[in-house]
Order: sequence, then C-alpha cells, then structure tokens
Amino acid sequence: MDPVSNPSLEVSGLAFAYPDGHQALFGVDFTVERGERVALLGPNGAGKTTLVLHLNGILTGGAGTVRVAGLPVGKRHMAEIRRRVGIVFQDPDDQLFMPTVREDVAFGPAAAGLKGPELEERVDRALAQVGMAEFKDRPPHHLSFGQRRRVAVATVLAMEPEILVLDEPSSNLDPASRRELADILRSLDVTVLMVTHDLPYALELCPRALILSEGVIAADGKTGELLSDQELMRAHRLELPFGFDPRSVTTGA
Amino acid sequence: MGAGHAHRLYRHGHSPVHALPPHTKLAAAFAFVVVVVSTPREAVWAFGLYAVFLGVVAHLARVPAAFLLKRLLIEVPFVAFAVLMPFVAEGERVDVLGLSLSVNGLWGAWNVLAKGTLGVAASVLLASTTELRELLLGLQRLKLPPLLVQIASFMIRYGDVITDEMRRMRIARESRGFEARGVRHWGVLAKSAGALFIRSYERGERVHLAMVSRGYAGSMPVIDEVTASRAQWSYALALPVAALVVCLLGWTL
Amino acid sequence: MHVPDGFINAPISAAAGVVAAGAVAVSLRGARRELDERTAPLAGLVAAFIFAVQMLNFPVAAGTSGHLLGGALAAILVGPYTGVLCVSVVLLMQGILFADGGLTALGVNITDMAITTTVVGYAVFRGLVKVLPRSRRSITVASFAAALLSVPAAAVIFTLIYAIGGTTDIAIGKVATAMIGVHILIGIGEAVITALTVGAVVAVRPDLVYGARGLQQRLKLRVNGELVDAPGSAPAPVAARTSRRRLWATGLVTSLVLAGFVSFYASANPDGLEKVAHDKGIDKKAEKHASSDSPLAGYGVKDIANARLSGGLAGVIGVGVTVVAGSAVFWTVRRRRSTDVSPTAVENL
Repeated sequence: MDPVSNPSLEVSGLAFAYPDGHQALFGVDFTVERGERVALLGPNGAGKTTLVLHLNGILTGGAGTVRVAGLPVGKRHMAEIRRRVGIVFQDPDDQLFMPTVREDVAFGPAAAGLKGPELEERVDRALAQVGMAEFKDRPPHHLSFGQRRRVAVATVLAMEPEILVLDEPSSNLDPASRRELADILRSLDVTVLMVTHDLPYALELCPRALILSEGVIAADGKTGELLSDQELMRAHRLELPFGFDPRSVTTGA
Repeated sequence: MGAGHAHRLYRHGHSPVHALPPHTKLAAAFAFVVVVVSTPREAVWAFGLYAVFLGVVAHLARVPAAFLLKRLLIEVPFVAFAVLMPFVAEGERVDVLGLSLSVNGLWGAWNVLAKGTLGVAASVLLASTTELRELLLGLQRLKLPPLLVQIASFMIRYGDVITDEMRRMRIARESRGFEARGVRHWGVLAKSAGALFIRSYERGERVHLAMVSRGYAGSMPVIDEVTASRAQWSYALALPVAALVVCLLGWTL
Repeated sequence: MHVPDGFINAPISAAAGVVAAGAVAVSLRGARRELDERTAPLAGLVAAFIFAVQMLNFPVAAGTSGHLLGGALAAILVGPYTGVLCVSVVLLMQGILFADGGLTALGVNITDMAITTTVVGYAVFRGLVKVLPRSRRSITVASFAAALLSVPAAAVIFTLIYAIGGTTDIAIGKVATAMIGVHILIGIGEAVITALTVGAVVAVRPDLVYGARGLQQRLKLRVNGELVDAPGSAPAPVAARTSRRRLWATGLVTSLVLAGFVSFYASANPDGLEKVAHDKGIDKKAEKHASSDSPLAGYGVKDIANARLSGGLAGVIGVGVTVVAGSAVFWTVRRRRSTDVSPTAVENL
C-alpha cells in the first residue's frame, strides 16, 4: 500500500462503550486527507476523547474500523500505527512522565530504536520546533503550563508522525501561550486533527471542521460556515464567546 | 517528596561526595551499614570510630552537623524503645540510681541506639548528596529489576501530584465546614481515599496511554547510562573498607 | 513498625532480605499478569497513592489518630502481586530517601509490612468472597476482615523475626502480647477505612477493583440503533488462573491459621507492664499529632505511632522459623510453576 495515495485518516462505523456500560460512540465516519488541518468540535461528553483513543488503537473492542495512511489500526501494525499517529494529550502532566525534558522527548524515538547522536539530533530538532531548546535538561514539572504543553507537542513531533492529534490544545493556556502555540502549529508541515471546544482557536487554525455530538458526526464542512450556522451551533451546545463573530475573521482558510 | 528532581533530604552542592557516581555511593552506604550491624556490641570504641568516619564524610560533603542531627530525629521512636529495654529485658540486674536494670537490656539498648543511629546517619548522608534521579539510575545500575526501578520512578514523578490532589480534597472538605474529629467521620475520609485511588489509577491509565502512544511495549528505552571509573569506586568504597578493618579488629580484640 | 539497623541481627536480616527478594521477584512476574504492560505506570501511581494515603491520619478518639498501612487495601484494589510491589517500593524509597527503616533491615520491613499484610489480606479476602454471596456488600465485608487480620498478622511475623534474630533478650511473651494487642486495635481502624474505601471505589468504578472482577456484566453496544455484543470484554485471563490461585490461597490460609494460633496463645498471657508502656505511648502520640499537617509532619506522626507499638515491645516466645521458611519455600515453588506471559497483547482498557 502506498501511503501517499491514501488519506491520512479514515474512520468508518466506529462505535464503543466503556466497561461501566456507558456508550460514547455510536457509529462515527469521516476522512482526513494528507496535509489538512481539521478541527473536531463538540460539547463536553460528546465522545471526543474516546474517538481520539481509537485513532492509535489504545481503545479497541468496539465496532467499526480506523485506517491511518491506509494501514488498519489493529494488533498487527500497532507499533507502526503508534509511530504514525502522534497524540498530544490534554494534561501535559500525563504526557510528560520522564524526569527531564530531554528524556521525555527522547522516549518515543528511543522506543522505536533510535540511539546516540541520531537520537540527540531528533530531540534537538523537535525542541527547536516548539522553541524549547534551552529547557532541555529541566525537569518537566518545573516548567510553566504553557511550556509543558509545548514540550508535550515536541515529544510527539520527535516521532515524525503522519498525523498530529491534539486533545484540547488551548485549554488552561494564557493568551500569550495560546498564540505561541498557534504559531508553532501553523509552522508545522503535518496533517493535524485538533479536538477542541475552543471555537475561535479552531477557526484560526483549521480550514475544515467536524462536529461530534452524541457519539456521531453531526456536521462536516468549512469551519467558518459551520460556526456561522447559529441553528446548528445551538443544536449541539456549541457557543461562541461573547462578541465573537466568525464572519469578521479572515484567518484559517 | 520534594519536587521530584530534588527531594527534601537533598542538599545541593559540588563536593567530591556529590560528584561520585550514584551506584558507588549506594553500594558504599549499604556495605558500611552491613559492617556496622555485624560489629560486636561490646566493641564500644569501634562505634566511636564509625561515627568519626561518617563525620569525615559529612565534612567532605559539606553537610553541616545541624542538618545531619536534625535528620537523625526520624529515629526517635526507637530511642524510646531502647530506653525501655533495660527495664524489661531478662538476665542479671544491676542497680543504677536506685533503679533495677537488666545488664543484657542495657547492652541491647546500646546496640540498637549505636547501630540504628549510624545506619540512619549513613542513609541521611547518601540522600543528602545524591539527587533523586541519580539514585534511581544508581539502583538500576546495581541491577535492581528494571520494572521495580520504573515503578519507583513513577511513584516519585507523581508523588507530588497525588499528595497535591489529596491536599486539594482536604481543603475542599474543610471549606465546607467539615473537620475530621472522631470515628463518625471515618466514612468521609474513606470516601476521599476512594476518590484519590480512582484519580490515581485513572492518571496511571492516562500516563500509560501517553506511553504506549509513543511506542512503549513493556520496557523503558535506555537513554542515559551512568558509569564509574576504578578511581571513583575505590574512593567510594574507602568508607566501608575502613569500617571493615575496624569491625575485624573489634572481633579479634 | 519501620525497623532500624541493629534491631535484628545480621544473619536474620540477611535471611529476611532473601525472603523479600524472592517474594518481590515472584511479584514482578505476577504483576505482569495482573496488569500486563501497564504494570510500571499503574503500580507506580498506586505506590504514590499508598504513600499519600499513609499520610491520611484518621482520628481514633480523644485526640489520638492512626494511619493506614495500606497492604490489604493495595492487594484488594490492584491484586496481591502488584500490592506487594507497591508497598515494597514505598518502603524502599522511605529507607533511601527518608532514612526511615534501616538499609540492612529492608528485608525485615518488606517481609512483615509489604508481604505479610498483602498476602494475608488477599488470602482472607479471596476466601471470603468465594464463600459469601456475589454482591457488593460481600466485597465490603471481605475487605473489612482482610484488613482486620492483615495488621496483627504483620505483628506476628515481626514477633517471630524478633524471636529468632532479636538483638536483645526480652521474654517473647511480652513482645507478642504487646505487638499483637496493639496491632489488633490498629487493625480495627485499618479495617474500617479499607472497607469503606473499597466500597467507595466499587460504587463508582467496580472494574478497577481487582478483587471484584468477577462481578462485571457483559457489555452491550448500540450501533446506529442496533444492540451488538461487545467483543472480548470479559476478563478471560482471570478465570483461567483460578486453580493456581487456589493452591496459592490454601498455602496462605494454612500459614494464617498458624499465625492466628500463635496470636491467640500470646494474647492469653497479658502483662501489666506493657499496658503502662502502651498507654504512655498513646499520650506521646496524641501530643505529636497536634503539631501540623505537612506531609513530613504526618510522616513523623506515623512513626510515633510505631513508637507506641515498639514502646510496648517486651518479651519473646520461641516458635521457630516455620512460617518464614515455609513461605520462602512456597514462593519458590510458585515461581517455578508460573510460566512467563508475554507482556505484549491486551490493548483493552
């Protein structure tokens, strides 16, 4: 299978329930082409995080399929899938589990077998991409929240993924950190799926958006158009911040 | 548990003792304590010499006496026990200041006090000159099973996070006027403990997700190696070797 | 109960070290079966939880308070092997970082506080869960009994170790009475808190309680309006292990009965002196508790609690190496039998 001819991500008929019986996904279908930046919008409890965990096979056992660059997510290709799908989790404290920034960023590539100067080079490049090169030897929990979020992005970039999946990237960030992260994300040349309920951020970064509501994809289209459709927004409990008019903003597309 | 990187007992410094590789220090401290424990209790002078040795190490490490003495307080419960020994032990008795004391008990008390104090002092010196991160690398180098080292390193990385959550829960309880005063309130404390367990476990799961997302499959990739030269080993082992000489003299004299 | 250096003589400390190392080695393999590749992060977080919970003081009466040892709790929540690992790691770190418990006494400390409490606690728990009807209430009742017995059992093991390798000649009856008497009291507090904690977890996330895994129900999925069975959600490996676990439980129940017999015999010989020392210890502890509630202060309180136990120590009955040696042999046999399960597989949460 030639990865170039395949879309970065194909999800079809995905359904899943947790062990406590709560069902989160009820048949999700969508496709993300190579190089796209797509926002996945939805209110709290819509199943966004559950969907994300299916993208690299952490959650399985439900119905439906997920393909990454043509490769089905399943036991057979798990190592390759996990290298290709880079997930940045919501809480950087969960993502940064090693004692120093350098070791944390090195974790992924080292697990994939990289060693020595090659590994160092990979770490340096990833940290440079997020502007955190000078914090290499610091312990992660001594960094500010925004810095930790950027290091978390670096840990994933170091694996050179096919698709970057960000779970609520702007949550808990102050306005400056939020803008810095947006600049970083715009500068990257990878497919991005951004899961968020921060609508202005989605509009700023992603030309296309999906709305996940009650475990299904309720809408798929241009971010600006979706956000301007007040009926649709209200139906899925999505609200723009006070005074924000998506038609007056010209970024994204 | 400090901030993970450094811990409460650690004193930052650049002494020759700080600079020794961690596994040599661990081995030296352990060997020293073994030697101390094996020394006959009747050789009172030997324990004096051991104390002098530790004093020399403390001086080299520039650990102030007050710091060391304060840390020795952890031993207090056993001092209380040692004080009790002469009263309750069996065997022939002597009269001291009108009290009938067991000779055997007096020796026992001395034995516990001397060996316990030297043991605590050695551990305190080790902990105050070695960073947490280094201790873990040292344990790994000393062939402690890697899984055990991993568990310990996760415990330390998240120890603060968890105690912090516990503190926040207590503040939340107290803000609502609750104060644990007696048996009636055990239920509330237990509910907190239950909630804390769920939070800890779920965080563990999220950390695991972050790890497998970056290719973890059961073993940590080796990123850093610590090594020790022959000179460093002989420097570190000078302490237990000197102690061993004293111990042997103690047995023969 | 953190034993310092020089309390137990060198040969017995070494022997306890061997027992502890063997048990930890077995637990490392066992934990891989309980948690597969999630072992390191989960056990690490649970260890951090145990560490934190040991700082959670619960008021007993008249200004005194106790704290959880957590062995039985860990065994019930995450399984006996992982429980042993977590408590052992906590003890190791306390020894190295806080100088709490001697380095040479690590074996003794792990043997009585990590291995005995988890193993006894889990054996009692499993036994009761098998006998009692399958309900949440049974889980709570079994947790109560497990924690209640686990604490005095640790005291019994400590007494035995002291009888063999104690450096001071004190009548064993005195040690046993004081240790076990005090620990029965502590066991009650431990039992109530453990049972309530397990109950609280079972109510919210029953799937997390290792000891309650048999109570789960099969899942149904709704896909575009139709109900479908969730594939492979039943915890198959648990069922496959029962026979081996029965063997394991039998051995432990035997040692438990033995331990119970010793403690009964010992408590039939009360001694006035301990009571005094004991009461004195309680007073001391009460004063200390008032100080502050920073983690390290909580830590101090805990050790004063130990002072009470140790303060009560006085005397020795000679029973023998049986239990320790027996469990060592037992662990070794277990180890031979257990086959290694590859740590890959299982991506289900």
